[in-house]
Amino acid sequence: MRKYTPKDNVQRQAPFSDRFFVSPSVPRFDISNDEIFSKDYESFTKAFKVKDAYIEHTHLVLNVDKNDIVEIMNFLSKELEYDMLIEMSAIDYLAAKDGYELFYEMLSLSKHKRLRIKCFLNKDDAVESITSIFDSANWSEREMYDMLGVKVLNHPNMKRLIMPDDWYDHPLRKTYPLQGDEAASWYEVDKIFGKEARDVIGPEQRDPAAIDRYDTERFARLGHEVPYQTDIREFEPITPISYQEEDSSKIMKKLKPEESVVLKRRR
Amino acid sequence: MQQPNRLKPFFENINFEREDNTMMVNFGPQHPSAHGQLRLILELQGEEVVKSRPMIGYLHRGMEKMAENMIYNEFLPTTDRMDYIAATSNNYGYALAIEKLLGIEAPRRAEIIRTMLLELNRITSHLFWLATHALDVGAMSMFLYCFREREYAMDLIEDYCGARLTHSAVRIGGVPLDLPSNWIADCLSFLEILETEIKKYEGLLTENRIWKMRLENVGIITPKMAKSWGCSGIALRGSGIKWDLRKEMPYGIYDELDFDVPISHTCDSYGRYKICIEEMYQSSKILKQLMPMYKKSDSQLMAHAPNYISAPKEQIMTQNYSLMQHFVLVTQGMRPPVGEVYVATESPKGELGYFVVSDGSPYAYRMKIRAPSFQHTALLEEILVGLQLADVVTLIGNLNIVFGEIDR
Repeated sequence: MRKYTPKDNVQRQAPFSDRFFVSPSVPRFDISNDEIFSKDYESFTKAFKVKDAYIEHTHLVLNVDKNDIVEIMNFLSKELEYDMLIEMSAIDYLAAKDGYELFYEMLSLSKHKRLRIKCFLNKDDAVESITSIFDSANWSEREMYDMLGVKVLNHPNMKRLIMPDDWYDHPLRKTYPLQGDEAASWYEVDKIFGKEARDVIGPEQRDPAAIDRYDTERFARLGHEVPYQTDIREFEPITPISYQEEDSSKIMKKLKPEESVVLKRRR
Repeated sequence: MQQPNRLKPFFENINFEREDNTMMVNFGPQHPSAHGQLRLILELQGEEVVKSRPMIGYLHRGMEKMAENMIYNEFLPTTDRMDYIAATSNNYGYALAIEKLLGIEAPRRAEIIRTMLLELNRITSHLFWLATHALDVGAMSMFLYCFREREYAMDLIEDYCGARLTHSAVRIGGVPLDLPSNWIADCLSFLEILETEIKKYEGLLTENRIWKMRLENVGIITPKMAKSWGCSGIALRGSGIKWDLRKEMPYGIYDELDFDVPISHTCDSYGRYKICIEEMYQSSKILKQLMPMYKKSDSQLMAHAPNYISAPKEQIMTQNYSLMQHFVLVTQGMRPPVGEVYVATESPKGELGYFVVSDGSPYAYRMKIRAPSFQHTALLEEILVGLQLADVVTLIGNLNIVFGEIDR
């Protein structure tokens, strides 16, 4: 029987898992333990609905509704002094929950505190852009769209950031294969030589360690040199190794170890 | 009208022949002053930039994807290839993030050695920045002088870990090796050379008329802009905001160390140059403080956490259970607790953060790497507008962007 591989997550999986092993969790603390956070949380809950809130590794994590995100960012930057959006992106939960979890990592320079806003986004939904409040979201949102395919509304320049504009699919999705998909292996051939050259050139070699020992174009055959592009598939010429100094060449001399000096210090 | 063919592909949304007297300049991706593979599409009115669109992705290797498909220890050498000018700061940021996820702490000696390497890396990175930035602006000899000193610093790092550029000298849970016997003395003599040499650089540049003309009032980042664009490191401190994570949110042993955080209120490139010079002195000061601390510290180098970290070699070779643990950790990888952490460190470029989501398996479920240069490059969209074409080169050099960590 063929081994079963899940189609919705083609990333590498642990080869073996103990049936009885229960993973511990990163400890989560109550918000009342921290004075500044509890104050922030209080004023935050007055204005917005919070689904879940806790402190995880010194960060206040607030799980909110995705429709409030622009007002929340406005509120955080204006009222609560979380004046920098350090990082934002999404986590792919398409297989488990059919959607993404977005996170916004905030920093308050005056309070020396970090806060994380999280919200869940269904696969077909779109999130409102927060570029009007934080300019750093400009590229982060583009990257998020490029890498995960999260749709963003009202972004001033929504284009792919890292991958080419005409790239198929979003590489950081769990469904995207590690070696690139079918479209990726033909991308450069199509782009440079045209689709009609596919038969001549073949798909891109995506194994970085691949070596063709008969290739006399790209690989040097040290000590067994043959002219460039010689076909040695049928017949490999015997090239005995010889050293230059043996034929009393003028350029090279044999190293005499007794005449060499080892320096104690750098000159 | 564009007439695309194989050699001239169609440029989307760009019209090169225009009627409004502006000119499009395609700067890069292969340009020596772009410090890597940066493509800038500039719209010029005369010599003034009216619009700029940076394009990245030419060095994209899918680090985040790799992180999701490698066990935690396996990914560590890959982080070297992000900010390859200061590899240890990437390693350290990663190791610290995973340590926070596991809830362990590196032993004191390991932390001291790491901090030494970090500060040495900061010096090499700043030297490299000064060298290439000055070269871009036209001071050729600075390039040669700075690279000479950087060479000595790299020799020191080579003495410690055997590598010069991609160090991987930090492990999750500590460091693999103790310092070589002569290292501290060598480091001290290097710092002595460095401090006299930095004075010479300052003599060459600080009051240099051309240098000041090219840098003063060029590329002004106002504090509001810096916050909004998520600037960090020298770009943020250059805008008069006193924010250094080593001081404000200390990690490792930075709270025990005495150093100053230089800032500049001029908000221009010249101010950032002065901060960079001062930071090299401060790093040297930190290194000197670390040396007596090292001598007093205990000799343990790796944290004791048998579930996550292999025992010392000696123990593995003598004790059966340690060998079994080691075998499991190497073949399957450690399984950290379920949860999410974001850990930020102050790399030479700015705030380097790792956001790690673990689902309890040996592979990270999601790893988002927050590279400081990424936001600094995004800033080019706004900051280049209104500058002269010659200032573009100054500013790219001045923001200290490294493409390994932008594209990841």
